Amino acid sequence: MSDDLYQEIILDHYKNPRGVNALDHALAESHQVNPTCGDEVTVWVGKGDNGSLDVAYVGQGCSISQASASVMSELVAGKDAATVSKLEDAFMELMQSKGNLEADEDVLEDAVAFAGVSKYPARIKCALISWMALKDARIKAGLTDHASDEEEEN
Amino acid sequence: MALNVEEIRSDFPILKRDVRGVPLVYLDSGATSQKPSVVLDAERSFYETSNAAVHRGAHALAEEATDAYESARAAIAGFVGASSEEIVFTKNATEAINLVAYAFSNATDKHRQGIEVDQRFVLRPGDNIVVTEMEHHANLIPWQEVCAKTGATLKWFGITADGRLDMESNPIDQNTKMVSVVHQSNILGTINPIEDIMRMTHDVGALGFVDMCQSVPHMPVNVHATGADYAAWSGHKMLGPTGIGLLWGKSELLNAMPPFLSGGSMIEMVNMDHSTYAPAPQRFEAGVPMVAQAVGLATAVGYLEKIGMDNVAQHEHELTEYLLNRLHELPGVHIIGPPNSIDRGSAVSFVVDGMHPHDVGHIMDSRGVAVRVGHHCAWPTCRRFDVPATTRITPYLYNTHADIDAAVDAIVAAQEFFGVLPESEKVGL
Repeated sequence: MSDDLYQEIILDHYKNPRGVNALDHALAESHQVNPTCGDEVTVWVGKGDNGSLDVAYVGQGCSISQASASVMSELVAGKDAATVSKLEDAFMELMQSKGNLEADEDVLEDAVAFAGVSKYPARIKCALISWMALKDARIKAGLTDHASDEEEEN
Repeated sequence: MALNVEEIRSDFPILKRDVRGVPLVYLDSGATSQKPSVVLDAERSFYETSNAAVHRGAHALAEEATDAYESARAAIAGFVGASSEEIVFTKNATEAINLVAYAFSNATDKHRQGIEVDQRFVLRPGDNIVVTEMEHHANLIPWQEVCAKTGATLKWFGITADGRLDMESNPIDQNTKMVSVVHQSNILGTINPIEDIMRMTHDVGALGFVDMCQSVPHMPVNVHATGADYAAWSGHKMLGPTGIGLLWGKSELLNAMPPFLSGGSMIEMVNMDHSTYAPAPQRFEAGVPMVAQAVGLATAVGYLEKIGMDNVAQHEHELTEYLLNRLHELPGVHIIGPPNSIDRGSAVSFVVDGMHPHDVGHIMDSRGVAVRVGHHCAWPTCRRFDVPATTRITPYLYNTHADIDAAVDAIVAAQEFFGVLPESEKVGL
């Protein structure tokens, strides 16, 4: 029953979310809502050590939206803007795959658990909302990578 | 008379299909109802035999199509105790509400420019419009917009803890110009005392509008008997096609209103610099209308009349009572709305401890049970009950006790899957 959607990793992150916090040295924040269901997430980004990103979030919503935010914050924490931008792209590609993409666990780590979400159009926005907030906050904070973020805009 | 539900079900082809590899249990009729074959056949037959643009042309098909369209209007009017000239076809109920809301902002605009308009539709700062905290967004946002454009103030009835209108919070006063309330809440299921509210409305000289989207499909309604001046509802929630909604209004009022959408079909005389308008309902039906949908909806009305709306209401009442009782038995499940079936329709919302409604709905769907999740376009109502969203079950005439059992089993399965079933209930599973 729904095992393809609700992977153990997702339920674990839902029940024990990581990265829930406000960031005291945040450079920018982004608040995103899913108006069809009321899911909400606010993501803060700031500068960490050696050009890496610090990320934190708070949110409320379904297991997919909240677990995705938790996995996202764990995955991107401590990585530089170029790497984060690539992760955002890889996750977006996975969500648009309609279940036809072999996700790269070396790149996306726990986020591969969301592969099944791509088969349920009504839930894709749930999984993406925290990633959209991350990207928006990153751009507002100027924590972008010239090469990879530009490439994306083209 | 009890409904022959098996016979009714056989009229709805979609109810025979599987979803996710299991038989469909459709419990989302509050969002949209399914359609019996006769409605689909009527639409197809219209296109195959009589299709033409109505109210224009003098050929045989144009006459037949016009006759079909106007006969549909008469049938739908008769279904709610109205006369034909009081019924305006719109694309949906939302447009019907906007049509009246825009009468206020358009009249106010024209008045400010010195154009003579009916003063009942002119709003000034200090005037107010009254709604309730349980409105669908369709009966809230248009009035917010009217207030923003005219300077009037929006006021509302609050809701009690058990999902009833809080009559003590009644904001209707001498400055009220319009009261627009929902007949049956789409999220709480509450049936409101609209006759009383319309009386209070008229006592202060205001106009009254009732959102009947969740009442006309589910119970016998005589629009005049409610005391309202206007009402709106949709075709697709009462076994009819999408793309057609209804506005009922007292003729004198409809004819006093400025037009909403303008263009062909709604005119009397046209000159290059000014025009005059046709009487209602044509005044509000600019462009070629939804003729096939009107024919389909009239057939749906005939289907419901044959079964009898009293019987439909009685059947839903029994199912609702059964559903409420079953939900009350479930630990960790809380009904949002009236806990009993008194003055209550079949829309039953609930939340499950430890689970988001989206997850509840998703697992119910994996067992073939189609329900609605989210804020049901009634976000302020959710906020009133401090929930981000709910899961909603809305049975209709084609649902059975077995459908309710399937839904309840699916809720328990969802609780098990998420590991949120209260400890005391795990024994024996």
